Amino acid sequence: MINKYPLWKYLFLAAVVLAGCLFALPNLYGDDPAVQISPRNGVLAPDLNAEVTKTLESGGVEGFSFRPDDDRLLVLFEDAENQLKGRDLIQQNHSNRNTVALNLVPATPDWLRSIGKPMGLGLDLRGGVHFLMEVDIDTAIAQSEAGYIDQFRTFLKTRDMRHRGAQHTEDGVKVRFDDADKRDAALAVMEPEYRDLDMTSFEDGGKFYINAKMSEIARDNERRAAIDQNIITLRNRVNELGVAEPIVQQQGRERIVVQLPGVQDTTIAKEILGATATLEYRMVHGTSADWYGAKDTGRVPPNAKLYELRDDGSPVLLQRQVIVTGDQIKDASSGIDTQSGSPAVFISLDGPGAKRMQKVSADNIGNPMAVVFIENQVTTVKKGDSYEKKRTRVEEVINVATIRDVLSHRFQTTGLDTNEARNLSLLLRAGALKAPVEIVEERTVGPSLGQENIDRGKMSVLIGLALVLIFMAIYYKSFGVIADLALVTNLVLIVAVLSMLPTSLTLPGIAGIVLTVGMAVDANVLIFERIREELRNGNNVQAAINSGYEKAFTTIADANVTTLIAAVVLFVFGTGPIKGFAVTLSIGIVTSMFTAIFGTRAIVNWRYGGKKLDSLPI
Amino acid sequence: MATTKQNTNVRFDIMGLRKPATILSAILILISIGALVTRGLNFGIDFTGGYVVEAGFEQGAELPEIRSALDANGFPDAIVQHFGTTSEVLVRLAPTEGLDGATVNTEVDRVLGSVGQGEVTMRRVEYVGPQVGEELREQGGLAVLIALAFIVVYIWLRFEKKFSVGAVAALVHDVIITLGFFAITQINFDLSVLAAILAVIGYSLNDTIVVFDRIRENFRTIRKKAPVELMNISINQTLSRTIITSLTTLLVLLALFLLGGESIRSFSIALIIGVVVGTYSSIYVASSAVLGLGLTREDMIPVEKEGTALDDIP
Repeated sequence: MINKYPLWKYLFLAAVVLAGCLFALPNLYGDDPAVQISPRNGVLAPDLNAEVTKTLESGGVEGFSFRPDDDRLLVLFEDAENQLKGRDLIQQNHSNRNTVALNLVPATPDWLRSIGKPMGLGLDLRGGVHFLMEVDIDTAIAQSEAGYIDQFRTFLKTRDMRHRGAQHTEDGVKVRFDDADKRDAALAVMEPEYRDLDMTSFEDGGKFYINAKMSEIARDNERRAAIDQNIITLRNRVNELGVAEPIVQQQGRERIVVQLPGVQDTTIAKEILGATATLEYRMVHGTSADWYGAKDTGRVPPNAKLYELRDDGSPVLLQRQVIVTGDQIKDASSGIDTQSGSPAVFISLDGPGAKRMQKVSADNIGNPMAVVFIENQVTTVKKGDSYEKKRTRVEEVINVATIRDVLSHRFQTTGLDTNEARNLSLLLRAGALKAPVEIVEERTVGPSLGQENIDRGKMSVLIGLALVLIFMAIYYKSFGVIADLALVTNLVLIVAVLSMLPTSLTLPGIAGIVLTVGMAVDANVLIFERIREELRNGNNVQAAINSGYEKAFTTIADANVTTLIAAVVLFVFGTGPIKGFAVTLSIGIVTSMFTAIFGTRAIVNWRYGGKKLDSLPI
Repeated sequence: MATTKQNTNVRFDIMGLRKPATILSAILILISIGALVTRGLNFGIDFTGGYVVEAGFEQGAELPEIRSALDANGFPDAIVQHFGTTSEVLVRLAPTEGLDGATVNTEVDRVLGSVGQGEVTMRRVEYVGPQVGEELREQGGLAVLIALAFIVVYIWLRFEKKFSVGAVAALVHDVIITLGFFAITQINFDLSVLAAILAVIGYSLNDTIVVFDRIRENFRTIRKKAPVELMNISINQTLSRTIITSLTTLLVLLALFLLGGESIRSFSIALIIGVVVGTYSSIYVASSAVLGLGLTREDMIPVEKEGTALDDIP
């Protein structure tokens, strides 16, 4: 029969609408202020609930509850004031084995939480920081190449092959030999040993060289390893900062995105995330006469290296050989040195590091040992039309102290101020960045602006929606009301789909929704105009409805497919804010086709289909 | 198809206005291109790289005072302006030699903090490195071109070559005039405006296709009229739909413009201009262009059966 839908179509429509409502429902509940406790080792202590309860109760905080969530514990509070108070208390008492962070968790009831979650909110709506960091791969590769110098030395020595020193250049590592025979013999054994290196031999002014350069594949591996290592380190650091729901992920070839919702103080975040600070322990070389002599003449003994003291800039010579490096530091914490009362970093070394420290300190009791603070920085500066990376490496001696006793895996280092000690211990704990990073983009949104954006977005969606609803009801009468029903359903479906997707809603995303509201009625306008036209042409009511829908469909499909093309291109090529717009626009186009064509047809068929009517309220 | 007769009355002789409309479009495009060449777009830091901070001053902000404080601290080129209200200030710094994100950021924070009486809150901070800005600019231009290319192909496949040229002529017309508006007014052109321009492309196309669809249909069903008359009939038949849809879209855009806040204002302006121009172009420009290319009934015959697979779905 004309204009009648079979029952299953109604059931299908009802099922979709019901599911839409259900998945959209969690968005009606707000958020609960919470504190999340994540154990550093990933295992929740079984008695943590009881201990935190004791801490909070003794601090006078009331009305909190617990919600275990995977490998972390959420403590929910009644308001933000109690949340802050609770955070401070938990931080003081439980932060040695856990990281503690403020969080907002959905206040949806338990039964609903198993079904769905509310939409995630982008940083522009909830406030927070977004960093885009560029990893300086060239430095990482240069460091790896420089590392081969020592390896070559040992390798050639064990084979009794003499060489005249190796040097790291821009183009790889250059090893010098006395004559071509020695060089070729060395090349013959080195090439099969070092497959990651492209080796070439050449002669320059009567000197014979092998040049070893990392191969393309090795460079590519190095690049990947540097990015991966940096991501791990950045994640550790973010966790140390105590940020809930952070995002750290690779973007493009050499960049890493870090998003920290809720973080306001970007200075600390930047200091910590971008820092490459690490420590090295070396024995002091010679006496102060040697140091000044080396500084004045510029002649440094071959097994020593000239440094400056951080305090007064005076020179000091240190042994080339490093006792332990930052990589061998297993754990670090900051505090106050009980003897001097000055800030200190307490260091724990791993097995090999401890063994070496024990041996060296036992051999050198009474001799001075120095702590070197190393930091790599990279910034891009504009030079005319091109960009140039400016790299700086700070290496300064923060402390020289006489070894009084045999040191092993735990000891302390002083010579820093309180802030530096705290940051350095955090950095040593979280591990070093394999390659320096540069922040190439930063976007921070304050929480008040975020809330304002939410309110404004909501307001414009609602007012825009109301205007369109009223207009349609007046202009198309009963059919307009049917279109209105479809429009509201469309909005519910958009929210439902957004809640199911892992993407988060942004301000441009809201703009996309607003635009969809305006454009979604287009399908209905097309259909209704067509029906009116058919009626004017003298067709009967049922034929007019049928051909109105039928003829408008191709047009609607064509028009929507082209808009969808634009939206998809936006999504593929756009970044950040543009992506959010493209996502909601695309979702809106698809859901609006469903509600405006299938949804309204179902209602029209039910109300008017198959009945003998002389006119339509359109 | 269940059509019996068609109403072929023409209420407005739109095709008769083809000449004046072409002249109007030509003038608008010339002005826009002129403005784009002489004044250029006022690119936001998304595209140029640089630094923007939006600060809220509890007690209201004195712009000259802030300017001189920034000047004294080594930022003589800082652009300082009110943003929305008088208690909110926007500071913009272009990328210059030796300027890097990390240092500028903390410095400007400090300077602004020292200026205001009462509390100063940093509402928004954005730093875009120069090379990132350049990439975004390239990517943005590329996105527009690729979108256009895909759309040309789609219309070509669904309609006919002359139609796809006509549709693209209308799109280029809309994009140039919208860009021209931004060049004349010097409203900040940021990423969101680029998104709006792409949305305008989608929207204007939507409108144009509705008209084209009708033209195609009428070529098949009405046998005795010349192409000009057929177009006039088609545009008249779709006119009320074109206007109503533009109206509803403009209603929500107006809501967005008035209530959406400062940060999406240029976005809504771009869309409002685009929708108005897009509506005009789908009525006057697209069909005129197709006609100008010499569309004949024969052009429409090969595609006669296309789209029937879709016709049966609803």
